Amino acid sequence: MSERLLEVDDLSVHFSTVDGTVKAVDGVSFELERGKVLGIVGESGSGKSVTAMTLMGLTRDVNAHFGGEVRFKGRDLLALSDAEMQDYRGNEIGMIFQDPMTSLNPVYRIGEQIVEAIQAHDKVDKRQAKKRAVELLKQVGIPNPESRVDDFPHQFSGGMRQRAMIAMALSCNPDVLIADEPTTALDVTIQAQIIELISRLKDDFNSAVIMITHDLGVVADIADEILVMYAGRVVERAEKRDLFYDPQMPYTWGLLGSIPRLDRPKPERLHSIKGAPPSVINAPAGCKFRPRCPHAFEKCVEEPALENRVEKPGHLDRCWLDVEYKRAHRDATISSNTGEAA
Amino acid sequence: MATFLVRRTIGAILVCIAVTFIVFLIFIVVPGGDPAQRIAGKNATPQNIINIRHSWGFDQPFYTQYWDMLKKMFGGNLVSYTNQQNVLTQIVQGMPATFSLTVGAGVIWLFFGILAGVLSAMTAGRLSDRVITVLALIGISMPVFWLGIVTRYYLAEGGLVSWFPDGEYVGILQSPSQWFSHMILPWLVLAVLFIGFYGRVLRGNILDTINEDYVRTAKSKGLTPRRIMVKHVLRTSLIPIITLFGLDFAAVLGGGAILTETVFDLHGVGQYAALSINNFDLPPIMGVTMYGAFFIVGFSMLVDLFYAYLDPRIRPT
Repeated sequence: MSERLLEVDDLSVHFSTVDGTVKAVDGVSFELERGKVLGIVGESGSGKSVTAMTLMGLTRDVNAHFGGEVRFKGRDLLALSDAEMQDYRGNEIGMIFQDPMTSLNPVYRIGEQIVEAIQAHDKVDKRQAKKRAVELLKQVGIPNPESRVDDFPHQFSGGMRQRAMIAMALSCNPDVLIADEPTTALDVTIQAQIIELISRLKDDFNSAVIMITHDLGVVADIADEILVMYAGRVVERAEKRDLFYDPQMPYTWGLLGSIPRLDRPKPERLHSIKGAPPSVINAPAGCKFRPRCPHAFEKCVEEPALENRVEKPGHLDRCWLDVEYKRAHRDATISSNTGEAA
Repeated sequence: MATFLVRRTIGAILVCIAVTFIVFLIFIVVPGGDPAQRIAGKNATPQNIINIRHSWGFDQPFYTQYWDMLKKMFGGNLVSYTNQQNVLTQIVQGMPATFSLTVGAGVIWLFFGILAGVLSAMTAGRLSDRVITVLALIGISMPVFWLGIVTRYYLAEGGLVSWFPDGEYVGILQSPSQWFSHMILPWLVLAVLFIGFYGRVLRGNILDTINEDYVRTAKSKGLTPRRIMVKHVLRTSLIPIITLFGLDFAAVLGGGAILTETVFDLHGVGQYAALSINNFDLPPIMGVTMYGAFFIVGFSMLVDLFYAYLDPRIRPT
């Protein structure tokens, strides 16, 4: 068994607002081992980004309340002071964000921004740091890194900026790389390249990756394990193969069904999950997905625990439906030809 | 770059000419200002006035008059209607006072404006932020003429406490210490308004910038809060302040601090402008307007150049 880098145990993140307490993340647990890729999938507002930002200490605020533990190599990050947390950010845990167009500071050169990240943690002089920046840009596939290192962000295309962001996130050789929807703002052709790049660099840098996305297609290639989040909670957790071939939660079926498929007849190529995610201030009682779930029945007013209900150990879900019923009915949603979507 | 400069310079000249033309038009449209009557004085005979009108060219069509005035202005031969003094000499005499006022007040208002903005943004919502906000609003709301008179009345010589000399300007070469003590009150009074205003603008800018994605990126790199604030937040938040400062500074330098100069009797260009307007005296008004327009236009050009330096996105590549 390889080294366990990160253990998130019953993490909750609540924000006090004028409208009430927002339970953005509610009882999330997972582990991450070196060399592995964990996918966290869910709609907007499901709490996946808040989970990721909390690992980095970026959600710290007077109105934020944390519960549970985030142990990085055995140390609880939630208990660290802001100053102590600085040593982890960028150094032990690197992060890439959704929109590369706005994530780089427009008034500084790409190289300066990478050098800044290097010098924040390593005592090297500017020349060495810049040399490393060039090296990093080369590794992420920027052509002519020696001259492009002096470009400003607006001289880079979206894909190149995301590559530069990756170079920056990896500049101090972190053990964990968090990618928060790294491909959402990019062209489809670039998406695949970026995913591949992250996957390759993970091996080069011998680190682990948390890949956050709303698109199961993005993690289909590279993830080892996948968490499906809904309304701040994990609703299904399984190894990638099991999640794709034996999904247990009707919400997961909806996500799988909403991947556009060209092998379906035209009207059914793209499905949507009807309705909107619930409010995380006044979440419905019982199963949070119940109001949108076509399979809901009486028992769903009580919230199911996240537990193992199938033969495969480690495959957890939150659904009361009978496993055989689910296996019989899920295909209608995932690759439906009736047009009915979960 | 060269084309930019040429284009802007041509534009600047056109603006200056347009400004003088508008001032001239307003002057001949506004009733009650027959300059011949003023020049002739109270006991002039009608024949006197007609003679003056003819010899000064007031019977010419307005475009001829305007053209003559431009020629005189650029030749430095503009002469007041009221006291026949040379306008250029008067403006040059007023410049040391106006420059002293502007530079000193500018330094004060820029420094304290930035300080107030940063402090209140960094403690947004807390007590210090609220105190600064209230003070800033008081500063913005207080009319300069009122604040000037009140401070002069209470703090200057002959008032309740005689901490400062009572008005007037003393040349810096004459006596640096006297110059300084004479300028303190005008500086502060003029700066108060701007401090409040700049503080408010900067506070808003900083709070906007703090939520930018690239600030989050900076945080995620593990930079210290101080470095994030200075290098990533302040750097971008200060850009609009540069515009404000450039234009405000130019306006005051161009004789725009009419009230401050008059209240403290500094005999600067602004006070000269006020005097000329009171006397309905066209040539000095034209002269001062031209002088002011020169600074406004010049500084807005400088601001544009500085902008390109600060923000690489608008730099010509």
